[in-house]
Amino acid sequence: MTLMEEAQQRALDLGVPLAVHLDVTYRCNERCVHCYLDHDDLGEMSTEEIKEVLDQLADAGTFFLTFSGGEVFMRQGFLELVAYARRLLFNVKVKTNGAMIREREAAELRRLGVEQIQISVYSHRPEVHDAITKLPGSLKRTLESIRFLKSQGLKVVIANVLMTSNAGDYQGVQQLARDLDVHYTLDPTITPKIDGDTSILNLRIPGSELGSVLHNPELVGNVDEYCAPPSPVSEDDMDGYSCSAGHTAAYISPYGDVFPCVQFPLPAGNVRRQKFLDIWQNSTALKEVRAIHARDLPVCSTCPHMTSCTRCPGLAYMEGSMRGPSSADCEKSFHRTGIPSANMLRKAQPAHLIQIQTAF
Amino acid sequence: MSEKYIARSSAIASRLLGGEMMVMSATDSTFFTLNEVATAIWQAADGRTPLSQIVADKICREFEVDLKAASRDAEQFVEELSRHGILLVSDHPFEIASDSPTEAA
Repeated sequence: MTLMEEAQQRALDLGVPLAVHLDVTYRCNERCVHCYLDHDDLGEMSTEEIKEVLDQLADAGTFFLTFSGGEVFMRQGFLELVAYARRLLFNVKVKTNGAMIREREAAELRRLGVEQIQISVYSHRPEVHDAITKLPGSLKRTLESIRFLKSQGLKVVIANVLMTSNAGDYQGVQQLARDLDVHYTLDPTITPKIDGDTSILNLRIPGSELGSVLHNPELVGNVDEYCAPPSPVSEDDMDGYSCSAGHTAAYISPYGDVFPCVQFPLPAGNVRRQKFLDIWQNSTALKEVRAIHARDLPVCSTCPHMTSCTRCPGLAYMEGSMRGPSSADCEKSFHRTGIPSANMLRKAQPAHLIQIQTAF
Repeated sequence: MSEKYIARSSAIASRLLGGEMMVMSATDSTFFTLNEVATAIWQAADGRTPLSQIVADKICREFEVDLKAASRDAEQFVEELSRHGILLVSDHPFEIASDSPTEAA
């Protein structure tokens, strides 16, 4: 177990919200075709309200703090929030499209001791990237910002979300990351909109292309290991949890709403009405999330992929049940190993028109 | 032997978790967890208190350990964290900037 895994386990044992993702605004200067948010300001928390929340998070033991949005720099005084968070000694990561970062902002992020800046890049080709963001010139601005950040010595990660329109470009983006000397991460999952609208799911790359991505050694490392058939399920596995959402991680919206994760829109409370720790410790919704062990998942507990699947309980929740399967992860498990998931086999069975139940 | 003064770098994040301090460098993302004794030294690293005084007052007294052994271990601990730029070491007291992130969380 690594030191980080030990810390995660200790936080789980102690019930500490180790990592919090805080969206400071949903406003954005881009209009990405796959975005799961609206871009209005429906009553964002004030700077003072967010500072109060940060105080509460520090007291609750939160260590990893991710500022995201929307576009964080659309919010006036964003750097004031970063400075405040750093005074409270959070490990701060910032997710941004970079379009508003120039020398001054880059230097300030460095001075404040931000650990990592994650920037979305969809393609190395301006016509593809800009068609996704719907902002002409956005790739140029974004790449300039990466250079400003790198010149300050900051750690930059390019996040490459894959969808139908840029599915063939990830190798170009990888090369771009190498040329810029920054890290690269790829995400092939398009998620439903936060209001439940699933229309953007048709942007997901088809299974055949997902398969080639998951078998690319430059992306996954050791392909034989990564794509190996799943190992047998043990009793310990049955006692485990799907992910850290609601266990050691939480999400807070610009309006103060608390959820288990940014991809898990199960309302748990609002920090404008309740202290964060009160929500974290006493919310009925979060208690329900924490009560679900792998053995309680009716379909997934019978699935051969249970030990290696990246099942997202938030996506499952958006599909209808937080105890159900997350189809996007079933697809990944299948295209990774060639072995269908229990959920896929269940769906393939013909539905019976007439069912008879008998009780003796 | 001259006195050593130690101060926490401003480019770190830290938080107590179950009595042990997690520390992460923003410069190279190195992650440390400090046991109770190391945490006590870390929290006392205000840049103004000599290391020898921290060892005598915080470590020997609170953890009931021998001064010689505690001093040796403290020196090694300080050397390791200073190599990663997480602790700053000087033979003079530090002047701490008012806006530095230096709270002992």
